[in-house]
Amino acid sequence: MISKAEILILMPEIFILTLACLILIVDTFSQDPLRRVTYYLSQLTLVLTAVLVIGFSPEQTVYAFGNSFISDGMSVVLKTGVFVISFFAFLYSHEYLKEHGWLKGEYFVLGLFAILGMMILISAYSLLTVYLGLELLSLSLYAMIAMHRESTTASEAAMKFFVLGAIASGMLLYGMSMIYGVTGSLELGTIATNIESNGDNPLLVFGLVFIMVGIAFKLGAVPFHMWIPDVYQGSPTCVTLFIASAPKLAAFAMAMRLLVDGLQPLLNDWQGMLIILSILSMATGNIIAISQTNIKRMLAYSTIAHVGFLLLGLLSGTPSGYAGSMFYIITYALMSMGAFGMIILLGRKGFEADELAHFKGLSERSPWFAFIMLILMFSMAGVPPFLGFWGKWFVLKEVVDAGFVWLAATAVFFSIIGAYYYIRVIKFMYFDKADSMTAIKASKQMRFALSVNGLALLILGLMPGALLAICVSVLSIAA
Amino acid sequence: MYLVCLHEVFFNFWIDKGVTNQVLENYFPILLFIVIGLVLGVSMIVIGFGLGKIMGHARPYKAKQSPYECGFEAFENARIKFDVRYYLVAILFIIFDLEIAFLFPWAVVLDEIGMAGFWAMMIFLAVLVVGFIYEWRKGALEWE
Amino acid sequence: MITLSNVLVLAALLFCISVAGIFLNRKNILIILMCIELMLLSVNMNFIAFSYFLGDINGQIFVFFILTVAAAESAIGLAILVVLFRNRNTINVDDLKSMEG
Repeated sequence: MISKAEILILMPEIFILTLACLILIVDTFSQDPLRRVTYYLSQLTLVLTAVLVIGFSPEQTVYAFGNSFISDGMSVVLKTGVFVISFFAFLYSHEYLKEHGWLKGEYFVLGLFAILGMMILISAYSLLTVYLGLELLSLSLYAMIAMHRESTTASEAAMKFFVLGAIASGMLLYGMSMIYGVTGSLELGTIATNIESNGDNPLLVFGLVFIMVGIAFKLGAVPFHMWIPDVYQGSPTCVTLFIASAPKLAAFAMAMRLLVDGLQPLLNDWQGMLIILSILSMATGNIIAISQTNIKRMLAYSTIAHVGFLLLGLLSGTPSGYAGSMFYIITYALMSMGAFGMIILLGRKGFEADELAHFKGLSERSPWFAFIMLILMFSMAGVPPFLGFWGKWFVLKEVVDAGFVWLAATAVFFSIIGAYYYIRVIKFMYFDKADSMTAIKASKQMRFALSVNGLALLILGLMPGALLAICVSVLSIAA
Repeated sequence: MYLVCLHEVFFNFWIDKGVTNQVLENYFPILLFIVIGLVLGVSMIVIGFGLGKIMGHARPYKAKQSPYECGFEAFENARIKFDVRYYLVAILFIIFDLEIAFLFPWAVVLDEIGMAGFWAMMIFLAVLVVGFIYEWRKGALEWE
Repeated sequence: MITLSNVLVLAALLFCISVAGIFLNRKNILIILMCIELMLLSVNMNFIAFSYFLGDINGQIFVFFILTVAAAESAIGLAILVVLFRNRNTINVDDLKSMEG
């Protein structure tokens, strides 16, 4: 039977669901073209849910609802990350939607549902909850992309994302059914102990391959990356920003739950697969990104390259390696949010600043935001002392410790290739003439948030110890 | 020369970790599954169509080709474009129709699951009602 | 007598047909939607077979959830299809390539 304690563990999820339903109803009664009520209520919900998550954070790992839901250190940290990032993402989106004139309340409600999906995915401890969280997240994202109904590229991007996403979740489910059939349980902890005691079964590896396809798709690792460039380029920039930031944390959590919590005994098998995915992702992402002229598409390929790096930490198979990956994904989400925020900042009604050429001469138009973009690009390229460098550093260190020196060397090689296209953006901003000298038009909040976003990368980069210490401490308890 | 060295270093690591053997042993069945699966899937579709073409006798005449309308003469072409509003109704129907699937097992065991089960379903229905209010307010239920 | 492997082979066949259907079909997105449904149904068959032969009810509960999520998924798929058709006047798979690079 459901006890009160279990309800308390799920309090943040219940709260955000209730508020999202409420906001949906309130929004239908709102006449305001700026949707201020909806927007402020959504932001308030995010803040309050974050308070609840931190307030109800358990001292040790607790389980609820027949072990299908887990609340531990990792879930608290990742959920807090999701809230902070979504808060900024909503702020940027509100600006964007207002400027481009298709502000709809549903955008924020769908965003909240997607966040609920991420929370469930992060806290999932059974195959069923993993699947439900994943679908809640994906379905909300499909709808968010297709929301700009007049845009041909957006509807095309939505269709591609939908078809490929549905195939991936079909594959994931097929793998889950195999794992269920062999171990006789849906709960990840029991699955791990069953595999441990019953030993190898070819069907397990069979199921693992299909599960890996699902995970690789969600993360966007090569060869399951086909959706990323089209979706990033085709979606309205505010949706791209949302997709490129917070859901990555959830996808990382999904990989952790399934591979580490559930299939840890098969470490040797999934390590080999991750090595292949990782090398392919780094190579494809970094090399194809060079030839892009559309900055959204370029950032899409850079995402793929970053995912390759992220997998390095996971495949090392140690708690400190997982901590390195977690650090990496949090820094990545911050960076990509900032970069897409810059694209939103430079755009205006009827104009998207999504070509690389639009960044030409930015240092003359706005020295401050050129500087912020410089921080973002250097951080993505992994130049010290910015935050992105530390992410790469920790992951590489773990991979070397795990004995894959050649893999670390390959990673460094590809990230040097990758540095080229980030630095090209900086060259455009500082050494090229601007095509037009239109002043940047953006509200105070937007300017402030983006500045905070950029400076955070610099300041956290100067003292990366704190964030890393958090990642290490939550994961060493778990393992 | 340099390349050869690099190649050897790479391969030694693979062999040290025993990855090469694993790849061959463990993934061969999967490769086989994918290949057989694709071949089977494709061949079943192709053979299905092919056999139909060869074995089936196609002797079309007017009555056979016309759409079936309860014994009447066909009023119009079957391949007309539907009003897009039909899709809206269909989409809403799919969602609300299948969510009801939860009600049947619930109703059967209501005696055994007690108040907790009852309220769980009430919460579920409340969420559905939120969706219903939304579509009503948005005018999705109105034809004009 | 139906054994577990009989059902598993049937499910695998259905799965293969749906995957092949998705990749062979170059004409109509609606057919892709149908193939996706078929894929999920084959997984359901797997779950039910395992659930029955293991004597464990959890698999059947999973099937309920897959069914309802699949309904929501196809609803969203159809909605996106309608939006796409309004913008493009076509639902041909080959026409979906306005973005290249």
